[in-house]
Amino acid sequence: MAYSEKVIDHYQNPRNVGTLDPNDPSVGTGLVGAPECGDVMRLQLRINPDSGVIEDAKFKTFGCGSAIASSSFATEMIKGKTVDEAYEIKNTTIVKELNLPPVKIHCSVLAEDAIKAAIEDYKKKQESVAHAEPVAQ
Amino acid sequence: MVKLPIYLDNNATTRMDERVFEAMRPYFIEYFGNAASRNHEFGWKAEEAVDWARETIAKSINADPKEIVFTSGATESDNLAIKGIAEMYASKGDHIITLTTEHKAVLDTCKALERRGLRVTYLPVGKEGFVDLDMLRDAITDKTVLVTIMHANNEIGVIQDIESIGKLCHEKGVIFHTDSTQSIGKVPFDVQKMNVDLASLSGHKIYGPKGVGALYVRKKSPRVKLASQMDGGGHERGMRSGTLNVPGIVGLAKALEICIEEMPTETKRVQGMRDKMWMDFQAELDEIYINGPDPIEKPDRRLPGNLNVSFAFVEGEALMMGIKDIAVSSGSACTSASLEPSYVLKALGVGEDLAHTSIRFGIGRFNTQEECDYTVKQVVEAVKHLRDMSPLYEMAKMGIDLKSVAWAAH
Ligand SMILES: Cc1ncc(COP(=O)(O)O)c(C=O)c1O
Ligand code: FES
Repeated sequence: MAYSEKVIDHYQNPRNVGTLDPNDPSVGTGLVGAPECGDVMRLQLRINPDSGVIEDAKFKTFGCGSAIASSSFATEMIKGKTVDEAYEIKNTTIVKELNLPPVKIHCSVLAEDAIKAAIEDYKKKQESVAHAEPVAQ
Repeated sequence: MVKLPIYLDNNATTRMDERVFEAMRPYFIEYFGNAASRNHEFGWKAEEAVDWARETIAKSINADPKEIVFTSGATESDNLAIKGIAEMYASKGDHIITLTTEHKAVLDTCKALERRGLRVTYLPVGKEGFVDLDMLRDAITDKTVLVTIMHANNEIGVIQDIESIGKLCHEKGVIFHTDSTQSIGKVPFDVQKMNVDLASLSGHKIYGPKGVGALYVRKKSPRVKLASQMDGGGHERGMRSGTLNVPGIVGLAKALEICIEEMPTETKRVQGMRDKMWMDFQAELDEIYINGPDPIEKPDRRLPGNLNVSFAFVEGEALMMGIKDIAVSSGSACTSASLEPSYVLKALGVGEDLAHTSIRFGIGRFNTQEECDYTVKQVVEAVKHLRDMSPLYEMAKMGIDLKSVAWAAH
C-alpha cells in the first residue's frame, strides 16, 4: 500500500514529539490504545486555565505510520484551539487531511480518542484543584 | 553505493536465477510439445525434458524418479498429500496430526478436512518453535493416518528434527508428510535418511519459476498411495492430471540442481551475512529479541538466510516505512489484512505486543554483504527515530512495567 505524501511527511518530520509533566494541573494526558493491539497514543495538552486555550501539545505514538501521522497532525491542529473546539474534532477530518485508506481509519479514530481523553483528564484535574482544601505547607 | 531497492524477503519468494531462465527458454517456443504426445518429435522433446527434470529432482533428494509428481506449487503439493492420504486411507483411520505453526497451505487443508468430519490434532511448539517428540508420540493413535510436520518454518526458520519424527512415524506405522518448501535446496534433504514419505517442493523459493512444484511420494517401504485431487487425463501416474508445465518443470529442476551444487559455499555465505546482521543489531540496539532458535547457538536448527527479530516498542509496519527501500516483511497486524499479528509468533508464546514489532529478513543468493550492512544501518536509524517517539519506550526506560498499565482496549 502506498502512503500519502502527508503521511510520509509527518512520519519523517513528526511535529511536537515529546513529553509534558503529567502532574502539572494545567496539563491533560490522554493515553489510548494497547501494546497488544499494536497501537498506543499518548497526547498531552497544556491548557491555559483562564482562556481555555490549548497552548501546547505533545505526542508520542507506538503504531503504524498512519497512526504516527494522525497524532502528529492532531497536535498541529489543536494548538491554539479552545478545549471546547478541540473536543469537537472528528476523526474524519484527519482521514481527509492525511488521505488515509479505509484500513487505516482506526488510526485516526485513535487520535480523536486521544484528544478527548487528554481533555477529560485535564477537566478532572481542574475539578480536583478547585475542590481541594488549601494545604498548609 | 548499493543499488536500491534491496530485496531481503527471500522467504516469501526469490528472484529467478538467469541460468534457470535460460534453461527454460527453449521450452516455450522451440520445444513447445505436449509431453504426453507419444507419436511425434515435439512430444518426445518435451518428454525428454520432463524425464531429465524428474531424474534431477529425484537425485537431489535421494529418491526414485517415479516418486516425483509435478504440481502447480507447494500449496497444491500440500493439498494433494494431505487430502490424498486422508481419502485413500479413510477406512484405516480419520486422524491427522500437524503443528500450530504450519503454513496456511497445510493448516487450511486440515481445517477443510475437519469440516468433512476428520479429526486433526494441532500440536503446540516450544518457545523456539520445536515440536516435542514425546508429545507427538502421545498424540498418535491407531486412528492416525498422517503426520504432517514442516521441515523449515517460513517465518522463523526453525528446522525440525525430521529424521527423528519420520523414524517415530515409521515405528508407529503412520505416513509422514513434510512441507519442505523452505528447506529443500537450502539445507541437506534426503528422503531415505530422513524417513520421509511425502515432501512438498516449490520452484519460486529456490530461484526458480512460480506456479510449479512437486510432491515426493514414497513407492517402497512403505508404498504410499494417494487419491488424486485433480482428475482428468491421468497424467503423473493418475495422481495429478493436467498437461505438464514443461518449461516450469525444467526450471524447477534446474533451480534445484544449482542449489544443490552451490549449497556448500552458499550456505556459508548466506549464513555469514545473517549472523553478522544479528550481531550488528545487538551491538547497536537494546531491547531486541530473536524469534525462533538463536542463529549463533543453533546454526543447524535455523534456515541459513532467515532472521526474525522483534524490535520492542517499535511497530513493524512503521519500521518498514522507515526502511522503504528495503523489502522485508513483518508479523505485525498492521501489515496483515486480518488485523491479527502472526499466529506463528503467537504459537511460540511471543506476546502480541512483541509480535507487532517483528521483522523478518530473508537473505538469499543475490544479496551482498554491502546490502546487509546498508540494511543494518537503515534499520538502526529507523528504530531509534521511532523509539524517540514511542510512549512505550519512554515508559519502559522509566522503569514502568507495561504489563501493569491498565490499557484502554478499543
Ligand atoms: C512453508 C511453505 N509452504 C507452502 C508454501 C506455498 O508455496 P506455493 O507458493 O508454491 O504454493 C510456502 C510459500 O508461500 C511456504 O513457505
Ligand atoms: S496502528 Fe495498526 S494499522 Fe495503524
